[in-house]
Parts: sequence; structure tokens; C-alpha cells
Amino acid sequence: MSQPAITLYRLQACPYCERVVRVLDRLGLSYRSRYVEPMHSERNVVKRISGKRSVPAIVDEGTGVTMSESGNIVDYLERTYGGTANAGTAEGDVGGDA
Amino acid sequence: MPEFDVVTLPETDHPESGEVAPDFTCPLVNDEYWEDRSLADVVDGPALLVFHPMDGAFQATYLYNEVDDRGWVTDLDVLGLSISTPYEHKRLLGERAAGVRIFSDPSAAVAREYGVDHDIDGMTGITECRPAAFLLDGDRTVRYAWVAEEHPEFPDFDELDEAIAELTG
Repeated sequence: MSQPAITLYRLQACPYCERVVRVLDRLGLSYRSRYVEPMHSERNVVKRISGKRSVPAIVDEGTGVTMSESGNIVDYLERTYGGTANAGTAEGDVGGDA
Repeated sequence: MPEFDVVTLPETDHPESGEVAPDFTCPLVNDEYWEDRSLADVVDGPALLVFHPMDGAFQATYLYNEVDDRGWVTDLDVLGLSISTPYEHKRLLGERAAGVRIFSDPSAAVAREYGVDHDIDGMTGITECRPAAFLLDGDRTVRYAWVAEEHPEFPDFDELDEAIAELTG
């Protein structure tokens, strides 16, 4: 079974994570979900891959990109897979991921 | 032996030695995260698949104490399965069973598929796993199978230890 190139580290019911999922779905990108715990202290795996404990974080093995912060991730996905630059998703990000 | 009749569990149609263990997909929990995994994808060498009662039941605790004491994770992949949620598995893995990964099967669908489902008296609506152990080779062929016939009952850990030694050389 081949694994999707994109791995999404997420927290159950985290709105910032759902925001990324919406974009992944809209762009028709397959991804695998790795769920972590609510407690930041329990998120060593996220820290190890991205340098931070916040989610969402993605690893895209197709491009070698690892990234956190939902605003950055959405921009990256649109830019890389969206076909058009700045495709009308200028939601503006103020950080604040979970 | 106790001086009373223990509860005997009904006959069951479970995977036997020589058969291929049925594939399934559900969240697989390690000590850091969980993700959907299929058994076919996870098994790439000798593996011990153990079905056990809910996390927190003494049967689960004793089982993993035994797994730890015997150091089986250094010999092969040890995969647990119970109806407990990923959060409960993660808590269990924080306390014992280092190196073990545990499938989460809250609907008991996998337990039913394997013929090891068990309705617990006095806990209406909860179907869980009866204790069972399947030793698999890298092709998911069952090389040793044991399913509890009494409630409660533990696998014969010495016998399982020998079967593991035989399989892993």
C-alpha cells in the first residue's frame, strides 16, 4: 500500500487543523492523519519534525517541505498545488494555532 | 483450581494455524501519535497480535506486564488490540508496554471478524475482545493461535514464548 506524500499532524477537533483539511480536500490531495494529544508536553513527535509543538503541522515528502502554522500551510498548499497563485483565499493569518 | 465452576466461553470460529490472518484497518497507537493503519501494511516480519479486554481491566495490565518481563518487543513486533480509544491506549503505553503498538477497535468489528468478540455481563452495550493471541509471519500467515475458552483466562505465556523463539529463530 503506497502512503500519501503528505502527512498531517493534527489534534482532534482543532479548528486550525480542520482549516488545513478543508484545503487538502478542496485541492484533491491525499494525506494521512497522525493524531496527537491535547497536552503540548505530549507532542514530542511534532517538535521533532517541525521544531515546534503546535498543530497543524505537515510533512510533504513530495517536496521535502515541513511546515507549521495553518496560515502558512494553506498558502503553501495553494501555491504548490492550487494551480493559480493567491487563489482567493486571502484569509489573513494571525497565528494562534493550537 | 477454584472450588466452583468457572465461566466457559462458547466455541468460536477463529483464524487457525496455517490460515492468513484477516486484514483490517483501524487507528494504530504508539507512544507519540495514532494513525489509520492496515494490518497488512504493518506486518512486515514476525508479529504477535494480541486481543485483550479493555485497557484498565486487570487482564490487559497483566498481559502487558508479561510482555514487558519477557522482552518480546526485542524479538518481534508486538501489536495489541482492544476496544479502548486511542487516548486510553496512549495512557497505557505511558505506563507499560514500551515498544508495543495497539489497535483501537471500539466497535469490536475486528474482534467479530476474528471470532473473539465477547459481550460483558452487566455492561450493557459493550462488546469487547476475549483474550486471544496470534503469532504471524511476515505474510500474515498464522503460525500459532490461542483463544480463551474460559473467562477469565490468560495465554500460556511459556508456550507462547517457545512459539516466538521458534518463529524468530
